[in-house]
Amino acid sequence: MSEIEWPWQYSFPPFFTIQPHAETKARQLKAWHTLVLNYFKANNLSSLDIREAHQSSLFNNSSIDRKLPPEGILLVLEDLQKSGNATPLDKTRNRWLVYWHTLEEWAAIIYSWAQANGFLNTVCTFFELVSGDDTNEQEFHGLDEEVLLRAIQVLETQKKAEVIPIDDSHGVKFF
Amino acid sequence: MDRFEYSDPRLAHGEEFLMRENGVKLYDGDSKTTFEDGELVVSNARILWGRPGDIPRGQMCVCLPLFYVVLVEEEQRTFSFSSSRKFVLHLSESRQGKPQGPVTWSQHNFIKISFKEGLHNDFLGLIQNALMTRAWERLSVAPPSASSSSQNVADRKWRSGIVGIERKIEEKHKATDESISLAFQDLSRLMNMAKDMVAISRSISTKIRDKQGDITEDETVRFKSYLLSLGIDDPVTRGAFSNQTEYFKSLAKQLAQMLEEPIKEVGGMMSMADVYCRVNRARGLELLSPEDLMSACRLMSTLQLGLCLRTFDSGATVLQLSDHNDRIIIENTAVALEESGSLSATELAKILGISVLLAKERLLTTEKQGRACRDESLEGIRFYSNLFLTKEE
Repeated sequence: MSEIEWPWQYSFPPFFTIQPHAETKARQLKAWHTLVLNYFKANNLSSLDIREAHQSSLFNNSSIDRKLPPEGILLVLEDLQKSGNATPLDKTRNRWLVYWHTLEEWAAIIYSWAQANGFLNTVCTFFELVSGDDTNEQEFHGLDEEVLLRAIQVLETQKKAEVIPIDDSHGVKFF
Repeated sequence: MDRFEYSDPRLAHGEEFLMRENGVKLYDGDSKTTFEDGELVVSNARILWGRPGDIPRGQMCVCLPLFYVVLVEEEQRTFSFSSSRKFVLHLSESRQGKPQGPVTWSQHNFIKISFKEGLHNDFLGLIQNALMTRAWERLSVAPPSASSSSQNVADRKWRSGIVGIERKIEEKHKATDESISLAFQDLSRLMNMAKDMVAISRSISTKIRDKQGDITEDETVRFKSYLLSLGIDDPVTRGAFSNQTEYFKSLAKQLAQMLEEPIKEVGGMMSMADVYCRVNRARGLELLSPEDLMSACRLMSTLQLGLCLRTFDSGATVLQLSDHNDRIIIENTAVALEESGSLSATELAKILGISVLLAKERLLTTEKQGRACRDESLEGIRFYSNLFLTKEE
């Protein structure tokens, strides 16, 4: 796992206690917001289980012996959900998908790539999109398929693409 | 019967022979024993009983030391043709470490001696005389040193058995009762005296006021400080007021007067526990109940006495100066946090010399204003400068 550059808050013990003062709390959550997305992007992660989150150094700074408690992690994720950067996967809100670009952003990025490279009105498999040679330079190369599907579904609602089931996986036709 | 011990019949040095009888029978309480038709010798220290002829030959026989005997009485003779006479000897408790005897344990605390063949001596008189002179105390047959004569007296006083125990308990109760009532008597006397003392101190202070010119200012001050160190010279008491509100009002005034200085000294705020202790320490005897203290303190803000009661969000209640300014407190606390990086309530209390409770309130107030932030961990709660708001991103 690639290490990211930790912000100064990460070694500030109060960062790991959710602050009762409203303004302070807002700043604290904002810092967490940025940190979580940076971390997920740097490590190309897309999902998170709150029950296992303590194993990751993101929420557990062993050098100052501080952990963000599960309630705190939930709060951070709910904050990410508000900005469209996370979605809960189950009703108990333990498992989450986290996107360092919102789905709308991903949709726009993928569509503009398809436009620019002449993939309109052709069918691409998901595998081609995330692992193919054509997308090597793209940000979505190596993107989680679940996240990709959700981004394409956004395009579908915009009538810019259609998801086509192919065996176990999916394909997409851009319009 | 268990008081009997085996013994040498020869008389010890200093022991005096008193009488001898034949055909003597011993009873353990009311029951017969195997000690029948024997020879009985009474000395001034013990009663010896032996099989016929044993005593003159100096063989071992049984004896009862006289120090066991509490009381001797002759049993009333029932209608009988025989010339036998019976005597009852009441005995004290068996002593620890006594020499072995023929009987190890008996439920009776008395024995009987029956003289079957008549009595030629004044047994009763001789024994009673011997008990009076207490010759055994000077003889080697005397009881071990632990049992002094005072214990002997106690032994006589306390019969064993349930009655004895009950009497002992009763006596103890009586003693406790007496000491308790004695103690309270002292206390009420003290209270009465206190009232007088207050009256005296009041009259002295008025006299001082009247004769202001006669004694120097210095002396007046010194004298007044003596009076004050005794306590408040004239405590406001409930008894002096018919009206509850009036009482609380004047109480509030007095409290404000005496507490203003100390509260200033400790930084403008004092916890109610401290207030309570200080006030009652100063009052000495006319103590104030916590309810009365609270009622009086609640009135302070309406009476504009320079002090007011304040309850924090946490429920902690303090008395603070009316012109006490939270902003300054917050500023000071924030500076203290910046200087030391982080503080727990205990650490701040140490730095400022205030109670931990107040230190925590200070930190919480500072946090409420966004000047501090908290770090909750296993070690408790610490406060840091609020870098979230002050540090540039």
